[in-house]
Amino acid sequence: MKTILFIEDEPTLQKAVGRFLEKEGYDVKIALDGESGLAMINKIKPSLVLLDLILPKKDGFEVLAELKQNPETANIPVIVLTNLEGSDDVEKALSLGATTYLVKANYDLNEVVQRIRETLK
Amino acid sequence: MNTKQLCHHLNPFAQCTKYHLTLWQCPSFLFPLTGLVTITAMISTYLIAIKYTQPEIVALIVIAVTTILITLGYLVIRGFEQLAQANQMKTEFVSIASHQLRTPLTGIKWMIDLVMQQQTKSLTEDQLETFKSIRENNQRMINLVNDLLDLSRLEQGRFVFKPETIYLDKLLKELLKEYTQLAKASNTKISLELETDIPPITQDKRGLGLVLHNLIDNAIRYTKEQGQVKIKLLSKGNLIRCEVKDNGVGIPAEDQKKIFQKFFRSRNVLKYQTEGTGLGLFITKSIIKASKGKMGFWSKEGQGSTFWFEIPIK
Repeated sequence: MKTILFIEDEPTLQKAVGRFLEKEGYDVKIALDGESGLAMINKIKPSLVLLDLILPKKDGFEVLAELKQNPETANIPVIVLTNLEGSDDVEKALSLGATTYLVKANYDLNEVVQRIRETLK
Repeated sequence: MNTKQLCHHLNPFAQCTKYHLTLWQCPSFLFPLTGLVTITAMISTYLIAIKYTQPEIVALIVIAVTTILITLGYLVIRGFEQLAQANQMKTEFVSIASHQLRTPLTGIKWMIDLVMQQQTKSLTEDQLETFKSIRENNQRMINLVNDLLDLSRLEQGRFVFKPETIYLDKLLKELLKEYTQLAKASNTKISLELETDIPPITQDKRGLGLVLHNLIDNAIRYTKEQGQVKIKLLSKGNLIRCEVKDNGVGIPAEDQKKIFQKFFRSRNVLKYQTEGTGLGLFITKSIIKASKGKMGFWSKEGQGSTFWFEIPIK
């Protein structure tokens, strides 16, 4: 079973995504902030990371940068899941190595799962 | 502009009240005042200099006038600073508000997705309908937030236009795939006609995507059952012309001149209970203008509408 790490500080979204993905057959782990997110990545080496950008302690960009700089975790695909939409943010995330950039409010969970499946193929 | 409008435009007091500024903060008042002071000073200096020839008098007058002008100049700068600050706050507010609003809106959206995934078998028909209705209304709010964000970026000149090579025919074909479900639901037939060879164009992809989305969305939404939406694409010299034609409800004649205004929705739209933000066409027209193109439409109530735009290939 593939493990997905969801780094998100908003409780409602943690719950919705967590349960939805579990029903779809994934093992889901949740981190509430950038720092613990990075720690978890290094510890469990998930198959994929769903990353919010606005996070306490360390923001998503920093997490992304550090993850990609570490050769042990650099190959883990990252889907950025955020409500920030500025073209600078998109460019920055993609240039730091994110596979996909999704604006949360514009995707329903079925579409998010589809993207996850496509990325994990 | 007729005479009445011109007078209103030139009237500094009207401008100041419009922006909720006191007279001494209002550049529209301060600038003419500065001019008036300068002219008065020059005339008085001349008249006084004829009578009193001591250079000290003239020097004193020059110092007095300069002091007054510097004070007025300072007030003008402060006035502009206040306007600039208010403008900046407006951009930041829309930006922050939209982001903050998106979080709970996403929460509702995804929670409904969760319920629909987990409980479909145990929900009654009524309950399912209720959840669908909540989801639709939530989506309306999300669309409004997205439109407001686009609108604010366009108005602030912050809508970043990144020209790239676009194959319009391919783009349209992909877009139409997205709309097949919606079209099926409302029993509307959509067709794409390429009248000529369509060369690739250099324009902003996201902006053009928004324009096409908006026009096709409107065409489908305002077309009743068994309707038809025809999209035509042709190249005209160094322009590409795109027409989106529907045989739907049309726009009443008296509403046609307002159709591109912000938040305007035609009164016959309420008859058909369609939701919309009233921002789509305003945003669309702004993007086409910024792409150095032109946009227009033909419409007759009860017969349908044809919206068209032309944009330069480069």
